[in-house]
Amino acid sequence: MSIDTETARRVAKLARIKVEEADLPELAGEFSAILGFIEQLNEVDVEGVEPMTSVTPQRLKRRDDVVTDGDQAEAVLKNAPDAREGFFAVPKVVE
Amino acid sequence: MTDLNKLTIAAARDALKKGDVTSVELTEACLTQIEGADALGAFVHKTPEIAMEQAKAADARKDGGDLNGIPLGIKDLFCTKGVASQAASGILDGFKPEYESTVTTQLFNDGAVMLGKLNMDEFAMGSSNETSVYGNAVNPWKAGGAELTPGGSSGGSASAVAADLCLGATGTDTGGSIRQPAAFTGITGIKPTYGRVSRWGIVAFASSLDQAGPMTKDVRDAAIMLKSMCGHDPKDSTSADLPVPDFEAALTGDIRGKTIGIPSEYRMDGMPAEIEKLWEDGTAMLRDAGAKIVDISLPHTKYALPAYYVIAPAEASSNLARYDGVRFGHRAKLDAGDGITEMYEKTRAEGFGNEVKRRVMIGTYVLSAGFYDAYYNRARKVRALIKRDFDDVFAQGVDAILTPATPSAAFELGKKFDDPVQMYLNDVFTVTVNLAGLPGIAVPTGVDAAGLPLGLQLIGRPWEEGDLLNTAYALEQAAQFVAKPGRWW
Repeated sequence: MSIDTETARRVAKLARIKVEEADLPELAGEFSAILGFIEQLNEVDVEGVEPMTSVTPQRLKRRDDVVTDGDQAEAVLKNAPDAREGFFAVPKVVE
Repeated sequence: MTDLNKLTIAAARDALKKGDVTSVELTEACLTQIEGADALGAFVHKTPEIAMEQAKAADARKDGGDLNGIPLGIKDLFCTKGVASQAASGILDGFKPEYESTVTTQLFNDGAVMLGKLNMDEFAMGSSNETSVYGNAVNPWKAGGAELTPGGSSGGSASAVAADLCLGATGTDTGGSIRQPAAFTGITGIKPTYGRVSRWGIVAFASSLDQAGPMTKDVRDAAIMLKSMCGHDPKDSTSADLPVPDFEAALTGDIRGKTIGIPSEYRMDGMPAEIEKLWEDGTAMLRDAGAKIVDISLPHTKYALPAYYVIAPAEASSNLARYDGVRFGHRAKLDAGDGITEMYEKTRAEGFGNEVKRRVMIGTYVLSAGFYDAYYNRARKVRALIKRDFDDVFAQGVDAILTPATPSAAFELGKKFDDPVQMYLNDVFTVTVNLAGLPGIAVPTGVDAAGLPLGLQLIGRPWEEGDLLNTAYALEQAAQFVAKPGRWW
């Protein structure tokens, strides 16, 4: 499958990664090469095969629905690029 | 005692217990070596103060276990409290976790000493340690003048252990990231069964494939270190609630009556004669040790890499969504009028390297509406078939499978960097093991014509790391690989 620059632009947007317009054709070419490699999977007969959800046959564990941790606002905010008055600060999101 | 940094973990343990050496002496010997080894690019955050403090505490402890006082290196992917943990990425620049990963917690509880953090490919995405924000890690082995890759993603760990900068190191393995670098540097590396080692506090790449394991100078050290790293952890929902056996006690070297499978599909077109011979020699060694050798078939082997390059990027695109410039790490400088979307897009463009961007976007694509079934679901079905291949041969009575660890010896830095698909082929023998969740170990068994180390891989039954380590031990005893890189750094 060949990926065009329009698709590359859309994927970059979905992934929230800024890609300069001039770099899109090269990116599309790289995607095409990788997807070309992946296309081999179409040769496999997967009729009636369930997609794997867990590699080990174990049920995902559940724990009691209780509070086990918390009251660590300072530690949680410690690495934030911008934290003010106990909150993460971000650019304005509502006009 | 001279050259304390060159000791194995087992030898250091015995010397410590006898009182022949102190942890402070061992640790100082390693720190001195690390200071003189910047050319290898292995240690990217050195922690000598922490190391000396831990070493003194270990020396003061009367009832220390096997790892008490043993100096180790820790891959940068593990979160270590108060110490930079960047996954070799610019987007985690400045990040110092407020918590300690389960694996490092267990190692430290057993008395291990942390010398520092080790180089790796960015977010463990790479097979040559060339995608790191810190620059390349370099293989201590050389053939001719050129610098060689130590492999990846655990390239810093491999380089550090092979160059005797530490006694052992942690690695992680999503598609071969412990076993391929171990083979490239002449050391031992084991990826345990999926669920054996807690993933909590390890920066996530592809959660259904990631497992941590030890990278050591020999099989016994791998057994010792793995035991400390394993165990049930309620903080990882995929962690197995199973008892951890004494892996070292399993090392008898007796493999009489064991059945070793040789998979025909791993005999690739264009496989170098040296790899072919290495594999044949290894087969003969196991036969001579009393194992029964059988030819087996794993029919879907060929589709493992393409399935991996759907599943791993898909999971990565989801896991790496958290790097948004809000909670930790890097945030781009914004222009007037930029809103939150521009903040996300600029932050991620600046913070991620090219290979990481490529994989996140491939993952985004294969998960996007209209392609999810054609790519992601199909890959998960193929993954089920790959696992079934292994289930079938184990049901036929095969105890372990012997394959080459890598398609070649270590290659020159820069040689394959421009072609992602060529780079992906490095993992052709190792990636099946992650897809099937099995334990796999790389053991050095020979050298190529240029004198570079080559390794073989043994694949075991799920949860039977003890048996696998014992088979690896028998192979190690027979191969007697003792070569070491000459010091040039």
